[in-house]
Amino acid sequence: METIAATLPAKKPYSFTNGKLAMWLFLGSDAMGFMGLIGAYIVLRITSPDWMNGKLDPGFGINLTGFMTFLLIVSSVTMVTALAKIEKGDRKGLLFWLGMTILGGATFLGLQAYEWNLFIHHIADLASAYTAETGKEAPFTNYQATFFSLTGFHGLHVTIGVVYLSCIWVRAWQGAYTAENHSPVELVGLYWHFVDLVWIVLFTIIYLLPEPPA
Amino acid sequence: MSENAQVSHPYYRIFGILTVLTVAEILWVFVVPHSRMMLAAGLGILAAAKAALVGLYYMHLKYEGKLLWVVALFPLTLVIVMIAGFLPDAIAPY
Repeated sequence: METIAATLPAKKPYSFTNGKLAMWLFLGSDAMGFMGLIGAYIVLRITSPDWMNGKLDPGFGINLTGFMTFLLIVSSVTMVTALAKIEKGDRKGLLFWLGMTILGGATFLGLQAYEWNLFIHHIADLASAYTAETGKEAPFTNYQATFFSLTGFHGLHVTIGVVYLSCIWVRAWQGAYTAENHSPVELVGLYWHFVDLVWIVLFTIIYLLPEPPA
Repeated sequence: MSENAQVSHPYYRIFGILTVLTVAEILWVFVVPHSRMMLAAGLGILAAAKAALVGLYYMHLKYEGKLLWVVALFPLTLVIVMIAGFLPDAIAPY
């Protein structure tokens, strides 16, 4: 199995840069934002005996979102490879693997837009059928609200990540990073892996746990 | 360990494990027959394992000092307290 040798500071307390501490503090506060939403989802989910309304909530195919999950995992490994390359002073390797990471993130966003489009149209179809059957306007369910809140908030983070990665790519192309000076590459990597980590949780609780519509 | 010691990172091995765990999650839901409680427990364990691998190896927490561990684990503690605090009210009939 191939491994990548990388140079890291010795394992001791406080052996990190101010930038890394700031990024971790930011990620910690951002994680609390996500966890507020996820906590609300869990509480709503546990306390709803009929979480998905068969007449209003469409189910998901797992193929697309399974592939999106795999895509983010791949983009994480391209990101750590980019970091490992610049730690060895390989600027071309950094540019290539950062580019692959940006491509992975952009593809994920495109697939998410496609999924949202399908979901919105499916909800509209179900709402029309509900109105025709009952004569009432179809309500917006907790399931729909939490789906769009959680995946939308995550999608916003992916969008920011792609822009952030692109800025770092431009600086790398300008020759700003060397084997000795590449802290911004490590920081953008932390942010990107955080986005991947959050998706791992969302994929499980949103796509793998829902009850099928009756 | 000396400053700037050479550390060998198993990035591709972790990638392989994450892929296998993702496939295992999908199989657990759609192939393996079990109760609803078992479904949630199995998925929780698999997701926690994947998140831990990303945090430890890709975000390099395994090689960091205690302060960053505190920063990383603090939000997790808060959300557990928050959910535990909300649940009694949410479950209670009104």
